[in-house]
Amino acid sequence: MDVSGDLRDAARDRPAGLHGLADRIEERVWAALLVLPALAMVALFFLYPLGFSLVSAFQDRAGAWTLDNFRKSFELYGGDMAFTLMIACLSSLLVAVLSIAIGGYLTLGENARAVALLRWLYRWPLFIPFVVAAQMMRGYLAKNGLLNNGLVGLGVIEPLQAASLLDWRGIVVTFVWKQTPFVALMVAGAMASLDRSTIEAGRNLGAGRLRILVEIVVPQVRQTLTVGLILSFVTMLSVLSVPMMINPNAPTMITVDMAYRINAHGDYGVANALGFVSYLMAGTVAWIYLRHGVRRGAGP
Amino acid sequence: MSALLWIPRGAVLGLAAFAVFSPLANLVLWAVAEKWYFPHTLPLEYGFAFWERVFAPRSNAMASLGTSVTIALFTVLACLAVSVPAGYALARLRLPWRGLILLAFLLPQAFPSVPVYINVARIFYAAGLNGTIAGVVLVHAVHGLVFSVWITTAAFAAVDRSLEEAARNIGAGPLRAFLTVTLPLAAPGVLASAIFVFLESLDEFTGTYFVGVPDVTTLPLLMFNAAMGGNYQIASITALILLVPSVGFMLVIERFLKADVLAKVGH
Repeated sequence: MDVSGDLRDAARDRPAGLHGLADRIEERVWAALLVLPALAMVALFFLYPLGFSLVSAFQDRAGAWTLDNFRKSFELYGGDMAFTLMIACLSSLLVAVLSIAIGGYLTLGENARAVALLRWLYRWPLFIPFVVAAQMMRGYLAKNGLLNNGLVGLGVIEPLQAASLLDWRGIVVTFVWKQTPFVALMVAGAMASLDRSTIEAGRNLGAGRLRILVEIVVPQVRQTLTVGLILSFVTMLSVLSVPMMINPNAPTMITVDMAYRINAHGDYGVANALGFVSYLMAGTVAWIYLRHGVRRGAGP
Repeated sequence: MSALLWIPRGAVLGLAAFAVFSPLANLVLWAVAEKWYFPHTLPLEYGFAFWERVFAPRSNAMASLGTSVTIALFTVLACLAVSVPAGYALARLRLPWRGLILLAFLLPQAFPSVPVYINVARIFYAAGLNGTIAGVVLVHAVHGLVFSVWITTAAFAAVDRSLEEAARNIGAGPLRAFLTVTLPLAAPGVLASAIFVFLESLDEFTGTYFVGVPDVTTLPLLMFNAAMGGNYQIASITALILLVPSVGFMLVIERFLKADVLAKVGH
């Protein structure tokens, strides 16, 4: 970056020294001015409300400092916090396993036609909005939905065994269905850019494909996998439509509780305290990643 | 031997296809079902009566589709207006803390968004922006900035610097060189970023839910209301309408987003 900048200065054929310095300062001022409007948008419409939510979590309706909002949140929604964490962790785990399997087959698969088929197939849910996915699963997983009807029709289960999956299972299924392609896309991309010689070396030593995947390929793409999983974990903590449409009754996710506190009670204190808890969940995951995962200088 | 391998392979691929497409099939069935109730596996009557209701010229669905497209177009304009200058500066000029600035645009996607939107709505309410198109556009635009800034930066970085310098050497000013050389060459990348922002806005639900009430009803909100009201047909048809641009744009996106630009995204 700097080298090419210096070359450009030389190419402009200006005398070095004071003129060059003035030019550089002028360039920085221009650059700052050009970036400023975009940064101002983030500051005004994201950072400011974020700060507002952090402060409001510790204030009562009159604006005095208090921890009451948190006491009330844990009393009323402690179970929902555990429920939310469990859903996000379980979904992330399933997404990790499935995306490693998909990426692994795309990288190590020996049949070109099967690989091409899978590559075409797995991306579809990526393009589908969450709110549409939620509506789809609401019909699909219901007691008399297509899944149960299909299983009864095939004779896999008895009609009386058909049960609605629209509880925690429905949320997990929807999240996994929607997020696996996103993480798999990142993981498959990282696997494709690996140095093939390590894989060939494993093969020559007689390792099976599963062993090559687990012992050679996955460790090398661990960083990309973790970044993908963190982004999808935060997404699960952000999506309101899926828990609201699939499982609106208690126990449910704290996103639904926040909306309820606002819509039914106008209670910004408890809603923001719940928001603070969800920042903590996302922050903890990011912190674990920074603590254990980062090798400096290696970009995802 | 290799033919026998198609049995497990086919079974796994078939299962994957079932997992991906059977929920979609459920949606399509609901969209064309006139009558469907327990315990029937498939709809009892098929028809397009609900489609006529959705596509009637003055229907709520068409009005929300109009609102959605208007908001998405203004969101694209707002994003490009700030991202083209920012992307040029990030790609071409010397800028301190460049990495941090790029990262700042990812922040709105990296935090749980519900509490942020709740407080945006509170601030906008005081400013008279709640329930207005402008308020919803601003919320969508902040969320879309990561696409528009990152992709336009990559697009400008992929333009050959010597072409710009050639224009400068034969006497073009910096603005003219940008408008006649750099911008046209970066146009496919800029267009790709616009598509991402457009789709993100079209599909957005949570921000609109808090900031748009009670006057702005986009198509995702109409779909949500129909679904919660138990009208599965209307909800499924509007869901299908939402799918068309997403799938369509994604199928052509590779034409706009060339590999040389893609390799530079986020750098």
